[in-house]
Formats: sequence, C-alpha cells, structure tokens
Amino acid sequence: MRRGWFLPGALVAGYAFLYIPVALLVATSFNPSRLTTVLGGFSLRWYAALFQNERLMGAALLSLEIAAASATVATALGLGAGYALARFGRFRGRGVFGLLLGARLVLPDVLVGLSLLLLFVQMEQVLGWPAGRGALTIGLAHVSVSLSYVAVVVESRLRDGGIALEEAAMDLGASPMQAFGLVTLPLLAPALVSGWLLAFTLSLDDLVVATFVSGPGSSTLPMVVFSALKLGVTPELNALATCILVVVAGALLAVLGLQRRGR
Amino acid sequence: MSGRALVLAPVWAWLLVFVALPVVIVAALSFSTSIPGVPPYTPLLQEPDAQNYAALVADTYYLDAMGKSLLVAGVSSALCLLIGYPMALAIARASERWRNLLLLGVMLPFWTGFLLRVTAWIGLLRDEGWVNAALGLVGLGPARLLYTDFAMFVGVTYAYLPFMVLPLYARLSKADPALEEAAADLGASPWVAFRTVTWPLSLPGVVAGLALVFIPAVGEYVIPELLGGPGAQTIGRALWNEFFSNRDWPMAAAVATALLAALLVPMALLRARAP
Repeated sequence: MRRGWFLPGALVAGYAFLYIPVALLVATSFNPSRLTTVLGGFSLRWYAALFQNERLMGAALLSLEIAAASATVATALGLGAGYALARFGRFRGRGVFGLLLGARLVLPDVLVGLSLLLLFVQMEQVLGWPAGRGALTIGLAHVSVSLSYVAVVVESRLRDGGIALEEAAMDLGASPMQAFGLVTLPLLAPALVSGWLLAFTLSLDDLVVATFVSGPGSSTLPMVVFSALKLGVTPELNALATCILVVVAGALLAVLGLQRRGR
Repeated sequence: MSGRALVLAPVWAWLLVFVALPVVIVAALSFSTSIPGVPPYTPLLQEPDAQNYAALVADTYYLDAMGKSLLVAGVSSALCLLIGYPMALAIARASERWRNLLLLGVMLPFWTGFLLRVTAWIGLLRDEGWVNAALGLVGLGPARLLYTDFAMFVGVTYAYLPFMVLPLYARLSKADPALEEAAADLGASPWVAFRTVTWPLSLPGVVAGLALVFIPAVGEYVIPELLGGPGAQTIGRALWNEFFSNRDWPMAAAVATALLAALLVPMALLRARAP
C-alpha cells in the first residue's frame, strides 16, 4: 500500500510532539546551570532546593489531602451514578440526569469555578454552611467535577458485561443487594481504582476551580506553582514537575499491572 | 423501587445542588448590581437590571475577547484534528497487541498535569529557550515566540490533543477495514478510498473530537495567561479579571452566562453526534 509509510510516520511525529517538551523539561531539572538551555553535568541541587521550600511542600500536602478526600467521595457517588446509567434502563429524568453529569465534562473551568463560588456564598448566607471558604469548599468543588468522570468509567465497565452474571446470581437465590456485593462490586473493582485515581489526579491538577473557591490560607500546589510561573520558570519548578511525573507514571503503571493480573 | 431510589437519591441531590443550582445562581446574579460589601452585589432578583448585558454588547472589549477566544479554539481544534486524525487512524490499524500501549502513550501526558505541560512550553518557546537555541544553530532567530498567538495555539493544541484522539480512535476502530480494502479492490486509489469510505464513517468521531477540544478551549484561562502575553485578551481572562481584579461579580456572571450561551450550540452538537 502506498500509504504504508504515512500513518506510522504521523504517529511517530505525534508522539514526538507529545513527549519532546516533557523530556526537555525533565532534562533541565537535572541541569546544574540556572540557564536552562546550557546543558552540562548532572545535579540534584534543584531537588534539594525544592524540598527545602516550605511553602511548596505545605501546599503539596494540602493538595494531596484534598485530592484523596474528594476522590473517595467522588468514587462513591460516581459508582451510584454509573450504576444507574448502565443498569436502570430508562428511569424517570434520565435525560436531565445524563445532561447534568455530561455538562461537567465539557464546561470551561472558569464557568465551573465562578458558579460554585457563588453557590457557596449563597449557601453561607442562607444556611450558614459552609462557613467561609477553604479546603472544604475546594474538596466539594472537586467532587462535583470528578464525579462525572468516575461515572463514565463505571458505566462503560458495566456496559462491557456482567449483567448475565448478576442475573445468574439472582436466579440462584441471591438478593439484589447480595448480587451487587458479591458479583457487581468485584467486577467493578478495577474501574473503581482507575476512577479514584482519575479523580485524584484531576483534583491535584486543578488550578482554576480551586482559585475561585479557595479562601485565605488555603493555597493548593497548582495555585502556588501558578503564581511562581507568572514570574518565570525556575529550575525548581522543573524539578517539581519531574517529581509529579514520576509519581503519576508510577501509579499508572501499578494500576495497569493490577488490572492485567486481575484478568 | 426503593433500592433504585436509594442509589439515585444522593446522586440526584448532588447534581441538583452542585451542578444545576450554581448555573441558576450565575444567571440570576448577572442581573444584579455590583456594590461594596459582603457579598459584593445587590440581593439576587431584587430589581433585576440588564445593564451588565448592555455593557457587554456596548464595550468592544468583550466582543474582541470573545472573538479572540473563538479564534484560539477554532485554530487549535483544527490543529488537533490535523495531528490527531492520522494518529488515531494509525492506532486503530495497529495490531491488537499494540493498540492499548499506543493509546496509553497518548493518555500519559494528559495524566502528568496541566500546569506541567504549559511549563514545558514556556521552557521551549521563551527567548533563550530550546526552540530559539535550535534556530540559532542554523543561523536563524532569535524569534519572539512566547507571549504570541502562535504560543497560545500550540499550547492549547498540546493540552487538548488526547481529547481529539480518543473519540476518533473509538470511531475508527469500529469501522471495518474490509470496507476500505473493497474500495481498493474496485479500483479506488488510497486517497479516494479514504475520502469516500473511511472519512465519512469517522465523521461522528470528528464532530465529537472537535467539540471536546473547542468547548473547553473557548473558556481557557491558564494557557492565554501564561503563553499569550498581556495583549491576548480571551473571554476566560476577561471573566477572571472581572472577578479577581475588578471585583465586579455581577459583570463576571454576565460574561459567564454569555459564554455558556455561546457554548450551547457546540454542546448540543456533541450530544447529538457523539458515538
């Protein structure tokens, strides 16, 4: 076929476009010079500087806490949402249900952030809760975004199969609750793990929504990084990016390994 | 059925309170007036006033910002299609064993953090950055790359490329390669076979991919702010500044409502055509 070389070539070019910027960033983080394009030698000085930066470390800790908590709540709610979409057929209000879930996947961050902030302000005025804004409101906002992603993961996993197994369990006398606990949940375990991780990284990664709904003293890692970035890229930030890259890639490979073994 | 209600009730409650209600509040706030105080606006729906929308239309600042946003989103989604389509097709045609790995390769940068990827491009494009260093080697440049529209296009394309590749792949992997082979057997050149068979079959994926890139790109704030320079006023930045710098919450709400209204068309397209 004459097109034989074109598609592989385009694929390689595409991957180069995706990976060269990241590779250069990682290379720069080990470079002793402050001038980023003068490569020479190998040094961990920017990593040392990074771990001594208390502001960044404090923000990273806060981000991890918010990400873990919001991912857990989002996974629980997303399990319900995805299960309903895959197994409840045409329940009442399904159209609106799907629309509200889907809206979060595409709405620009500025819209989500502003609208949630206004919600929290109104709630505080009417209900007195949540009092002020901070880690709690950031967490709630992140749940409401990542819930939709978890629901998609759960729904697609349930659509791939399993209904016959659930029906078999019920034919053999299991109650719907037992069938769910003994058949559906184990079947869903890999989807729940990837859903949780997706929610976790979305939360860690979010700048815009968090900036809208945060309060004084609750700066997440992206917020601190962003304000530093506006002044320019420092080698320290490159080192931080490399750390995140290693952690995320490691977690991802671990999950893939788990899933492969589970099959 | 009570079991169903038990599953649905918390999700419904969450969606209504945290997804639907905020949009209603934004729309309501866009009709009130900015005042000093906490919160900095007149009570919702008391003396509603369309003055914010009048300002939105009268001041070319907002229309220009909207135009800039549509330009960035349009150019970037076109670039994503140009780069992403051959990639998706190549992955769909790869052997079963390689497909998942190749797809993972597209997704991995998406998992490594949005700010990180923008950071990488600052390092590439700035005056003493990698691209200019490479240009210098061949006796060109240095060229001003960072803080230009070009930097914005590249940044948005880079950040949203996976959103294009995934729906395209989902569609292309379902199409039967035998159809294109049949076209070739009947004498069609590869290009004709692509244009008359593969491309039409993949159109729903193209529409979904374009919408998935275009919609968030229109409201994008971070990339124009970091790569676009001070002159690149997009609607996302206008909203941000209205809120954080001018502290005019009702005006920010009006910009948000107008942005949402503008996005309803591509969102409806996405819902109607998505696979």
